[in-house]
Amino acid sequence: MTTLVSGVVALLLLWLALWTVLARDAFVAVAGFVVYGLLLSLLWVRLAGIDVALTEAAIGGGLTGALLLGAVGRLRGTEAAAWSERSGAGTRAVAVLLSVGVTTVLVLCVLALPEPAPTLAPQVAQNLPATGVGNPITGVLLAFRALDTLLEAIVLVIALVGVWSLAPDRFWGGRPGPRYTADPDGVLAYLARVLPPIGIVIGLYLFWAGADHPGGKFQSATILAAMWMLVQMAGLGDAPRIDNRWVRAGIVVGPLVFVAVGLLGAWTAGAFLGYPEGLAKPMIVAIEVALLPTLVLVLALLLNGAPARSADPLPSRSADPGPARSAGR
Amino acid sequence: MSVETLFALCACALVGIGLYGLIVQPHPLRKLVAFNIMGSGVFVLFSALAKRGAAAGMAADPVPQALLITAIVVAFAATAVTVALLLRLIESTGTASLANEPPAGD
Repeated sequence: MTTLVSGVVALLLLWLALWTVLARDAFVAVAGFVVYGLLLSLLWVRLAGIDVALTEAAIGGGLTGALLLGAVGRLRGTEAAAWSERSGAGTRAVAVLLSVGVTTVLVLCVLALPEPAPTLAPQVAQNLPATGVGNPITGVLLAFRALDTLLEAIVLVIALVGVWSLAPDRFWGGRPGPRYTADPDGVLAYLARVLPPIGIVIGLYLFWAGADHPGGKFQSATILAAMWMLVQMAGLGDAPRIDNRWVRAGIVVGPLVFVAVGLLGAWTAGAFLGYPEGLAKPMIVAIEVALLPTLVLVLALLLNGAPARSADPLPSRSADPGPARSAGR
Repeated sequence: MSVETLFALCACALVGIGLYGLIVQPHPLRKLVAFNIMGSGVFVLFSALAKRGAAAGMAADPVPQALLITAIVVAFAATAVTVALLLRLIESTGTASLANEPPAGD
């Protein structure tokens, strides 16, 4: 029975992947990809990865889907031209051969995997009590492989800097994306008033429960970012200006606290990101609390995209122009 | 066949399907979607390996699972940068074409 369910999930995944790749209309392809992401999280539940399934459903299906759907809307006009450039039969035949070849090599590797499978689970089980965290995944993310998580947080900030730096000069410092307007009495505005309180509670619960149960800062940050996006899309709030000092401080606070805790470990426990005996849990909580605003801001602002509206004239800037600047204007 | 072997084989096919779309689809956004499918195939394969590593009372090896969470978040960030690049390309050139300029040829 379980094998049957897994088989159906696998077949559906393959069919959806083919659908997404072959569909002529980009909107259809992206819609297929969103369903594909949700089905993937089902697969991860079957592979005993509840934390991964939560992350996939929230980020892989949800945020990536929203990002791609937004892009499809703005790329409508370029689709027909691209379709006329599609590859000829020869290229497609070579692509089929190449894809089948890669798949075959991978299948051979899968069938030749060593028995018994190598695993680090016993080491994790043995050392987890020292961290004071109950969820082994949180233990790996923030104690055993904390360096990976630190680099990931830095990668996220760099990605946001990359997106922002694509802004045309005239929009630098302005607000990203279009200003959304919606019927103030419509369903969207209603949902944007009713859902965020519930979403914020669920997000914070996932954040706190992540220490001992499935959940954690990534899943939590995604839900909080989604609530913020909902408020923006209903026209009840606006994306922040990217030169806002508070926004910028929130973006870098996570990695900075992470590095500070790491250096503290080098001083007290003899290794970068080492935790002194008995203090692991408080230090892990400190990192998580600092990472949460960073993750919420970065995820939401990555979804918002590059600044596309010129900055409103700042009163402070016009009141106090530098001498060289005032001459130029 | 065990669940992990079944999904590992499914993952191999997903990588192939994604690779085909990446080569054949002309529109950059479609290439990006195909690349994401290819990436998800790698994630599924990794996840099947994690399941194989079940030991010490854990249903799966938590180390690859934690790395997967990191990978999914980084994949989103990379996708966001690519979408921003693409929108900027269209804003400055008016086309999403990746074709070579006519004189460049090849």
